[in-house]
Amino acid sequence: MNFDVLFQQTPDGDGAYWQWIVQGLYWTLAISAVAWVIAMLLGAVIGTIRTTGNAWLVRFGNAWVELFRNIPLLVQMFLWYFVIPEFVPPLKAWMISTEPLYAQYLAAVLCLGLFTSARIAEQVRAGIQSLPRGQRAAGMAVGLTQPQVYRYVLLPMAFRIVIPPLTSETMNLIKNSSIALTIGLAELTFRSREIGEYTFRFFEAFTAATLIYLVLAMTANRVMAWVERRTSVPGFIAGGK
Amino acid sequence: MISLDFSVVRDSLPYLWKGMQYTLQLTATSAIGGLFFGTLLAMARLSSMKPVAWLASAYVNLMRSIPLVLVIFWFFFLVPVIAQTITGAERPIQIGAERTAIITFILFEAAYFCEIMRAGIQSIPRGQVHSAYALGLTYGQSMRLVILPQAFRNMIPVLLTQTIILFQDTSLVYVISATDFVGAAAKIAQRDSRLVEMYLFVAAVYFVICYTLSFSVKRLQKKIAVIR
Repeated sequence: MNFDVLFQQTPDGDGAYWQWIVQGLYWTLAISAVAWVIAMLLGAVIGTIRTTGNAWLVRFGNAWVELFRNIPLLVQMFLWYFVIPEFVPPLKAWMISTEPLYAQYLAAVLCLGLFTSARIAEQVRAGIQSLPRGQRAAGMAVGLTQPQVYRYVLLPMAFRIVIPPLTSETMNLIKNSSIALTIGLAELTFRSREIGEYTFRFFEAFTAATLIYLVLAMTANRVMAWVERRTSVPGFIAGGK
Repeated sequence: MISLDFSVVRDSLPYLWKGMQYTLQLTATSAIGGLFFGTLLAMARLSSMKPVAWLASAYVNLMRSIPLVLVIFWFFFLVPVIAQTITGAERPIQIGAERTAIITFILFEAAYFCEIMRAGIQSIPRGQVHSAYALGLTYGQSMRLVILPQAFRNMIPVLLTQTIILFQDTSLVYVISATDFVGAAAKIAQRDSRLVEMYLFVAAVYFVICYTLSFSVKRLQKKIAVIR
């Protein structure tokens, strides 16, 4: 084992191999961050409408979740990159004219964002439904409208309840971003394999990537634990220790 | 707008079926192997011997922190080297993407099945362990005859859900060019430039299988919950 290899110059003449790792990490984070925002917003909305009494909204929410949960992420990635542009001519034209990297990035972010939104919607729905029935009834009884009940009574509690499962979804999202390498996006896993192929030092290259993923997982875990502490309600859900 | 022509799917059905057979074989082998090693890992994690418990949880946490794609790359690189060390051969022994994938998925899934079985074992009241010991059963006997059968039964819905996820995840062997269902479809799609039809077909097949299975698991869950 000799990590000097990471400090050798690349044959492409764009610096040392460790800079490839940094670039890969940059794209892993760039995909994960934007996909995370999409997933959280859509997941919160879809999860919430699945608990309303409106049959059509519930059906739409259920269909959303089932659609994204029952197709492998790899296949979804192919659909976003190879299939959907064929049905949207302006998008196809843009993909051909622009740098491949931007097209890959757009496909990866949409794919991971929507895939993860279905999983978050499931957690949000479970969170809302875990609240005692009386909370909704009490909100209605003091004269709140349904949106107000959600806004002031149900959602503030439900979002706090789902923070721990959302932590693991966040970590899953970072790991899943590696699947973007199948459409050619040079994220962290892609770069570490590339270094292995160029130098035949797979062990060192994969070890570097593995350590970075471990650090990312731990960081996501710490950040979400901090959010959980900051938002805890004294006297509820392991809060106010 | 493009015109779709699904005849490419019809013409390549026998090849796709071969890919699907490999996918199913990989799923079944990894589920059984993963459950076996996962149960052993769960027992190790709950062991009172500190080093054993520590090693087991380190393995599980490591596997759960890194992407499956990277794990596949790791094993694809390591298995030939390890095989070389064991047999004392002169060069790394290539055993092919398909067999490497089976080893990878068994060892990777073991970490996930471990967490499920650990929850299952911990759901059994402590009194059962004590009464098993009071009857004079050894550790192995109390696990095999008292704890594990109940833990396994309680966890059947979760184990099946994990197997559905595993079935979807096996598609990632694509990255080492193994010919599973997706791999077969991708090869045909690229050969005939029919990516749209092929990938739509693949998505539809996965959706129908996974939706049906997860629906059945939900029904089974209700049934089991009533009996208990």
